[in-house]
Amino acid sequence: MRYVSRIAVGPVQFRIGSDWREPVAALDRLYAAYPRDDARPADATVRLFAARPWRRWLRPSVHIGGDFVVPDALPLPLPMGLLAAEMAMNLQVALGWRRHLLLHASSVTKDGDALIMSGESGSGKSTLAALLGEGDWRLMGDEFTLIDPAGGDALAFPRAVSLKNQAIAEVAARVDAARLGPLLTGTPKGDIRHLIPRADAIAAMHEPARPALLLFPRFGGETAIEPMGEGEAFVRLTEASTNYVALGEAGFAALTRLVRETPAFGISYPDSATGIALVEQLWAEATT
Amino acid sequence: MSAVRALVDLLAGRRAAATLAPRDWDGVIGVARAEAMLATLAHRLEDAALPPSVAALFADQRAAAKVATAQALWEAEMARRALAPEGIEFVLLKGAAYAAAGLPCSVGRQIGDLDILVLAPEIRRAENALLNAGWEWVKSDSYDDFYYRAHMHELPPMIHKARDRMIDVHHTILPRTHRITPDALALVSDAVVTDDGHAVLYPADMAVHCAAHMLADGDLQGGLRNLWDFHCLTRDFAAADAGFWGKLDARAELHGLRAAVRRAARLARDLYGSVLPSGWNGQDGSDGWYRRRLLARDDWGRVTHPLLEQAFYIRSHWLRMPPMMLAKHLWTKWRKR
Repeated sequence: MRYVSRIAVGPVQFRIGSDWREPVAALDRLYAAYPRDDARPADATVRLFAARPWRRWLRPSVHIGGDFVVPDALPLPLPMGLLAAEMAMNLQVALGWRRHLLLHASSVTKDGDALIMSGESGSGKSTLAALLGEGDWRLMGDEFTLIDPAGGDALAFPRAVSLKNQAIAEVAARVDAARLGPLLTGTPKGDIRHLIPRADAIAAMHEPARPALLLFPRFGGETAIEPMGEGEAFVRLTEASTNYVALGEAGFAALTRLVRETPAFGISYPDSATGIALVEQLWAEATT
Repeated sequence: MSAVRALVDLLAGRRAAATLAPRDWDGVIGVARAEAMLATLAHRLEDAALPPSVAALFADQRAAAKVATAQALWEAEMARRALAPEGIEFVLLKGAAYAAAGLPCSVGRQIGDLDILVLAPEIRRAENALLNAGWEWVKSDSYDDFYYRAHMHELPPMIHKARDRMIDVHHTILPRTHRITPDALALVSDAVVTDDGHAVLYPADMAVHCAAHMLADGDLQGGLRNLWDFHCLTRDFAAADAGFWGKLDARAELHGLRAAVRRAARLARDLYGSVLPSGWNGQDGSDGWYRRRLLARDDWGRVTHPLLEQAFYIRSHWLRMPPMMLAKHLWTKWRKR
């Protein structure tokens, strides 16, 4: 392919090829501070391509593909090429990764213990992780958390955080502008702006953490804390995992252990400050 | 270096893994994934010297393939539990059959849908038994449904509503409208039973079906994997039975598939180094097109000769039905686009 980059996020080495310069240049800027080993063979291949040669220039639209292709995925216009790249990278991990149990969840860590937050898009899991990661926590990732089936540890996948809509202003107010990517407006997911994780989160991305608290946040509504039983946490996490079925017995064992050993709560919160206060309160109870 | 060439050479054992530069693996892994052969390669190179990250990825693939094989065999067992009480006998085909029979080519082989063969007179009963056991139709389109039932060698695909797995129920191995009509009764009546009690095709029939699926029916999508199956099947059957190649020739003749089997053998020799008996070792001028189609992938796993791909697609339809019917079919499909 015409433009190529190599990026390592957590345990995954990506090879990204693109028909256009812009998405690769944008990725290279976001991931400039990540460790780079150009000799390492790729685990996952991502392709950003024009469906027809002339669509490279004429109303250019970016199709996403690579090792795995979703047949009906809609292309994105070139100005959203960075979002296409992010979606393509997520897709390859979601469908191809087998070394760990993959949870669609954000996570942060403190003193070797991990807080894992799982929820639908819009639950606020990314925003909470990003805000905590600007405090005295280390961000492990805003999209995927990897669980090692052998030991039960959580592993980081600290890609650039995808901030959406109101979260953009909230986080932008607290961080150096150099750590923010371009503002992408009017995407299928609303406005999006990427946040480069702090240097300590990138430097420590291979350090595992012990799951200590599972939260299922829900943004909006009255403040509430609901203790969650093992069974419900288990079912919710099977739904949040993209490779639970493919891992078979190893996935079942890893997930059973996770919900048995880790206290779980559903939380509702009207704003981020309340959400963070709830997290800190539950964390203090779980880790003492 | 061409990645697809490197993949074929690694599988054939013509090339040592240690001779690849670290970055050569990008293309080899990409092409192997595109051909659904990454776990096959991972098994082939289990004892080879590999870069650490490749060794780790291959270990993942071997572990995942083990789970996938167990899941595919479980589907076969589910089909047995649905059909056996009704007294319907069925034969496993392709990947699930290789795994049930414990054949070496099944190690790491990706298994997609469950393919089974029943006798044509039993097909409606088999359909009802599966519907009662939780499978349901995938396609709701009435033309597609009609097309499958009137012209194809299988029922429209069904999917299990709880397990989300597909089953293809065949009554023969080539479409009804195909120029060639294999002897489906012989396929079923000569089937052999595995240790687990599953019926699979008689060895020579298994190789014939493999060649037919690749060369007489399909458009060579996934051809490298099918050809690898053919290479491994014939190698192992011939090692166990000195008379295998003769039996293969006789069964191919019976089913009208001698040309397909001969071509598969030549292609397997050319790409994977199959050792053929004397008399099989000829050349055919048109083999070059097949080799080119099989190797048409670039280092990013993309098909490189779209016109050639299109030509093989048209050829597969040409073989499948007479010209007027093909015209009508393509017209209907085009209008529905």
